Amino acid sequence: MLQYTDVHAHYGAIHALRGVTLDVQEGEIVTLIGANGAGKSTLMNTLFGKPRASAGSISFLGQDISRHHTHDIARSGLALVPEGRHIFARMSVLENLQMGSIFSDPAHFDADLQRIYGMFPILQQRLEQRAGTLSGGEQQMLAIGRALMSRPKVLLLDEPSLGLAPLYIKQVFNIIRELNERDGMTIMLVEQNAHHALRIAHRGYVLQHGEIVLSGTGKELLASPEVRAAYLESSAHA
Amino acid sequence: MGQFIQQLINGLTLGSVYGLIALGYTMVYGIIGMINFAHGDIYMVAAIISVTVITLLAALGISAVPLALMVTLLVVMAFTAVYGWSVERVAYRPLRTAPRLAPLISAIGMSIFLQNMVQLTQGARVKPIADMMPGQFNLFTFDGFTVFLSYTQLMIIVVTVVLLAIFTYIITRTSFGRQQRACEQDQTMTALLGVNVDRTISLTFMLGAALAAIAGVMVTIYYGVVDFAIGFVAGLKAFTAAVLGGIGSLPGAVLGGLIIGMLESFWSAYYSPEYKDVAGFALLILVLMFRPSGLLGRPEVEKV
Repeated sequence: MLQYTDVHAHYGAIHALRGVTLDVQEGEIVTLIGANGAGKSTLMNTLFGKPRASAGSISFLGQDISRHHTHDIARSGLALVPEGRHIFARMSVLENLQMGSIFSDPAHFDADLQRIYGMFPILQQRLEQRAGTLSGGEQQMLAIGRALMSRPKVLLLDEPSLGLAPLYIKQVFNIIRELNERDGMTIMLVEQNAHHALRIAHRGYVLQHGEIVLSGTGKELLASPEVRAAYLESSAHA
Repeated sequence: MGQFIQQLINGLTLGSVYGLIALGYTMVYGIIGMINFAHGDIYMVAAIISVTVITLLAALGISAVPLALMVTLLVVMAFTAVYGWSVERVAYRPLRTAPRLAPLISAIGMSIFLQNMVQLTQGARVKPIADMMPGQFNLFTFDGFTVFLSYTQLMIIVVTVVLLAIFTYIITRTSFGRQQRACEQDQTMTALLGVNVDRTISLTFMLGAALAAIAGVMVTIYYGVVDFAIGFVAGLKAFTAAVLGGIGSLPGAVLGGLIIGMLESFWSAYYSPEYKDVAGFALLILVLMFRPSGLLGRPEVEKV
C-alpha cells in the first residue's frame, strides 16, 4: 500500500535518511522504533514532502507521490498525527475537528463526529473550549480525532505517547489497536516506547542513523537480543 | 454643539475609510505576519481605476446612481484583486522563508513601484470627477449651525459596518475562515490536513485588496479628486489604525480607524488642521507604550 524505496533525505547538511526501504501493507500496524535523532520523524515527514526525499521514491497505492504537493498527498488519503500534536491552540475543539474534515464529504460529517465522540467522550464535553486549554492527553486525542475526521486510508502517528501520563499512554495504545482490529485501519506508528509499540504491531523496523538495521514481526523484534539491549531494557516501561 | 456633532459625523466617515483599509492590513498580517506596506497604494490604484470607470459610465449615459455604483464597485474590486494577487506573487511569495526584514523592504519597493507606475501611465495631475451622489440630510439646526449628513457619508458608514459584519462572519464561521486562521497558527499542519496554503494566502491578499478597492471608490466619490500619491498617507494612517486597534483583529481595525478619523476631525476643527497627522501618530505612540498589543489585540504571550 505504502512503499519507500531507497529514500534519502537531508536537513541542510545533515543526511537524515540514508537509503530507507520499507513497506506497509493494507490492514497492518507497522511500527518504527529507534533512538532520538535516528530519523524516525524525518521518515514520516518525508512522506508529505517536508523535507522532500532527495533521492529514491515513495509510492502510495501504486503512485509515486514523492514530488506531489503536501496538501495533495494529504488529500490522497494519508493522515499524520505529528509529534507534538500541533493542534490549533486558538481554535475550539470542534473547529479543530472541522479542520480535519475539510476535504471529506460534508454528508459524512455528523457520523464521523459521532464516531470520534464514541472513541474520545472527553472531546464531546470540551467541544466549545479552546484547544490550547486542554491537557496534553486530551490534546493528543484531539490530534488523533482530527486525523480520523478525514477518513484516511493510512493513519500515521508520530510519538503519540510522548509526554503523556501512564493512564493516557495505555488509552492511546488501546485506541490504536482498536482502530486496526475493528475498522481495519492501516497504521504506521513511530515510537520511542518500543515495548508498547512492538506489542501491538504486526511488523516493525528498527532505524539507526538514518538506516534500517533490523526488521521483523512485532514478536520477533520483542524477542531479539539487539532490540532488547538497545531499546527495551534501558527505557524499561516508561 | 452643532459644530461638535458635525465633526463627529465627518470623523466617522473619514474613520470608516481608514477602517476599511486597515481591515486589509490586519488580514494580511494575521495570515503571514507581515505588514503589507504596498496596501495603501493598492487603495490608490483602486481610486484611480474608479475615476476611469465612473467617467466611462457617465459617458455611456448610465446615470442611475445605484446601478453606476454597483458596476463601479464590482469592476474596481475585480481589477484591484488582481493587483493584490500579483503583488503577493511577485514581491512576497518568493521571500516567504526569508528573514522578516526582506519582505518588508520588498513591500516598500512595491509601494514605490505602484506610485511611479500610476504617475507615469496616468499623469501626475489631480483627477476630478463630478459629484455622483449630491444631496444631504439636514439633521437639525443648533445656534444657527445646521448639522448635515450627506448621502455619500451615510453610504460610507453603512458600507463599512456591513463589510465588517460580512468579513467577521467569513473569518469566524466559514470553512475558508477556519483554513485562514489555521494558516495563521501553523502553516505546516494546515498543509498536512490538505489545505493549499499558497492558495489561501493568495485569496487573503485578494480579499484585502478588494476591501481597499471599496475604500478607494468611496473616497473618490466623497472627495471628488484623487491622484497617484494618496496611497502613502492613507496607508500610513490605516496602518496606524490597525496597530491601534490591535493588529490581527478585524473589529480592532475598524475601531482604530474610527478613532484616528475622529481625532483628526476634531483636531482640525478645534486646534489646527496642519497638525492633525501629529495627533494621530502621537496617539499611536502612546498606545504602543502603554498597551503594545493594541486596544482589541490579544497579548502575544501564548501558553504552549
